[in-house]
Amino acid sequence: MARKKKKSGLSIPDAPFRPGEESTFESWPWKPGDLNRPDPAKCEAEETSAHADGLVRVLGNDNNATGEWNPGLSADKLREGLEHMVRLRIFDNRMMKLQRTGKLSFYMRSFGEECVAIAQTMALEEQDWVFPTYRQPGAQFVRGRDMVSMICHCLGNVEDNIKGRQMPVHYSYKDGRFISVSSPVGTQFSQAVGVAMASRYKGLDEVTITWIGDGASAEGDYHYALNFAGVFKAPVILNVVNNQWAISTHANFATGGEEFASRGLPYGLPSFRVDGNDFLALYAVTKWARERAASGTGATHIEVLTYRAGAHSSSDDPSRYRPVDEHEKWPGGDPVERLRDHLIEIGEWSEEQQVELEERVDEEVTSAYKEAVGYGDMASGPYPGADTIFTEVYEEMPWHLEEQLDEAMEG
Amino acid sequence: MPNMNMIQSLNSALDIVLDRDEDVIVFGEDVGYFGGVFRTTDGLQAKHGAHRVFDTPLSEGGILATAFGMGINGLRPVVEIQFADYIFPAYDQIVNELAKIRHRSGGEFWSPVTVRTPAGGGIRGGHHHSQSPESQFTHTPGLKVAYCSTPYNAKGLLISAVESNDPVIFFEPKRCYRGPFYGDPHNVPTWDGHPEAEVPESHYTVPLGEARLAMEGDECTVIAWGAMVHVCEQAIRDSGVSCDLIDLQSLVPWDRDSVVASIEKTGRCVIVHEAPKTSGFGAEMAASVQERCFYQLESPIRRVTGWDTPFPHTTEWDYMPGPARIAAAIRETQED
Repeated sequence: MARKKKKSGLSIPDAPFRPGEESTFESWPWKPGDLNRPDPAKCEAEETSAHADGLVRVLGNDNNATGEWNPGLSADKLREGLEHMVRLRIFDNRMMKLQRTGKLSFYMRSFGEECVAIAQTMALEEQDWVFPTYRQPGAQFVRGRDMVSMICHCLGNVEDNIKGRQMPVHYSYKDGRFISVSSPVGTQFSQAVGVAMASRYKGLDEVTITWIGDGASAEGDYHYALNFAGVFKAPVILNVVNNQWAISTHANFATGGEEFASRGLPYGLPSFRVDGNDFLALYAVTKWARERAASGTGATHIEVLTYRAGAHSSSDDPSRYRPVDEHEKWPGGDPVERLRDHLIEIGEWSEEQQVELEERVDEEVTSAYKEAVGYGDMASGPYPGADTIFTEVYEEMPWHLEEQLDEAMEG
Repeated sequence: MPNMNMIQSLNSALDIVLDRDEDVIVFGEDVGYFGGVFRTTDGLQAKHGAHRVFDTPLSEGGILATAFGMGINGLRPVVEIQFADYIFPAYDQIVNELAKIRHRSGGEFWSPVTVRTPAGGGIRGGHHHSQSPESQFTHTPGLKVAYCSTPYNAKGLLISAVESNDPVIFFEPKRCYRGPFYGDPHNVPTWDGHPEAEVPESHYTVPLGEARLAMEGDECTVIAWGAMVHVCEQAIRDSGVSCDLIDLQSLVPWDRDSVVASIEKTGRCVIVHEAPKTSGFGAEMAASVQERCFYQLESPIRRVTGWDTPFPHTTEWDYMPGPARIAAAIRETQED
């Protein structure tokens, strides 16, 4: 039976601003001190509904830290955080330049999101597990990874600890309990719940932290994670890094709702939205989640509200799908500048010290790069041997791989 | 006829099917406003409207599930999975649902979804931007599987896939989007001037199930698909052996008659694919060839394939079959 067709009524969302338009974000209605800090060991999910709909902030527009969530960190700790963030930004910029010259095949910066993994990893204990995506490499600085080793991985040279098997930025750092990065988005999120369940099973004081993007929260893995974490009260900290963009896909395509944080509530998870460019707020909420996990009460769900200031990767060109200066209009500002300005405001830092820090880190990165590139780069080698294709596929090499290894080495 | 690269010819195919049939709908991750990370859908949203060409949440399972539903309700979805490596969250929807709906409903329902997905290595993509998982779909009854290799067959096969009332998994060799790849990463030409880059602007089809004879010879039959077709072309020239080069184009159904006819002529056979050897589609072909051609074969069928390992990043040229390995295999068939 043929029916007359009407005009299509299918609703398709769009990004708020496109190239050629002016990005005009409304200023945030949320202020430091708006939200209380519940008892992490006793908190029920519904006690955090205001936190999920609001925004936990500590650093105000006047660069001062206020409210119940102020973690009261020492100036030394704050300077340490600032140094890690500056290191990551300079490191990223250097690696991107190397990518442009062909010494790396590919790169992804954390630009605008340096605070995320650094503040959060600093809020953890050293025995805690870090299960990252590709935009949390900064956690490795906190865990003490040697920069030369990181660059060797990115160069895919003979000193790459993962033997040139994965693309750059797919770090693996077991000594720092930083679990191998995988390209498929979202998979780590529910795996991290399993890591945490194992810690609880073994009766260990270990917490697992993991991240997922706003875009990847549309994958099933995200929902598996929330459900398993809620059901098994796993000691895991589940972060949705809402940086507005998944390559060209705006967060409007990741949820029909207003925010991500409150999705945790019906799963029984206390849920917070946090200013992801506010070092102190992010540190404080993560510390709260760790206390809760360690008490045996279970998981916490956190939306880290931030903005992906750079391209998705070296293969991406954001000028095709968003205004090029949009990140400068972001109400959350720049995470490095905000922590710097706070330290200056409280008299614990100066513009001169900032310049000195940047120069010192720049020399550190240059020196590390020079050493690393001495072990080879993508453009000219030397590369890991062809035999590394065949090892560690299985614990022991089966006969058919031995045969293929022989064939490859003859060729 | 205009010269098109494979991106342009695929774009042209999509433009045509969108023009001809308002039930065609194109969606996937980054395919709408941006026009796809490889630019394959560039301009299509502006021309055909956001309700027909649009971005989706990052959810391959969701993309395939909704495509399935649209398909049984009369639409003809053409979805993109950004990299074939990322198709697996949708595997359940494809294998258990899309492939079986016609059969399980006694023919009452079907869902004519086309799944376009860039596949294969050669772009320094490492484990998760390089795999060629065709045999994970050829092993599923109910699916048709195509693998294009040139701008001409890309467009013709894609139009056939969209017009087919069966679901089609359509692999695109991303290494060949902008030029044929002859196995030398330091010398990658564009499609400019290549005869297979002469692509009609209008509608045409390359039927599913028909192979293409890419080179003609009488001493050996070389069978390949995707980027390996061009690598084999180089290998055949290097080998000095006169070969039929069969570009399979469709894997399910595959053109067994053409393969058998060629081997009856040459008596020798080399099968080449990027995917790992074990349970690769080459194994299926070798078995079928020996069933049909046992008495015509002058030497054992040889397979040159990716190794049975994950696809590496830095050492990808040691992984992918290159002209040297393929030429050696071709010459070996002449020694027996």
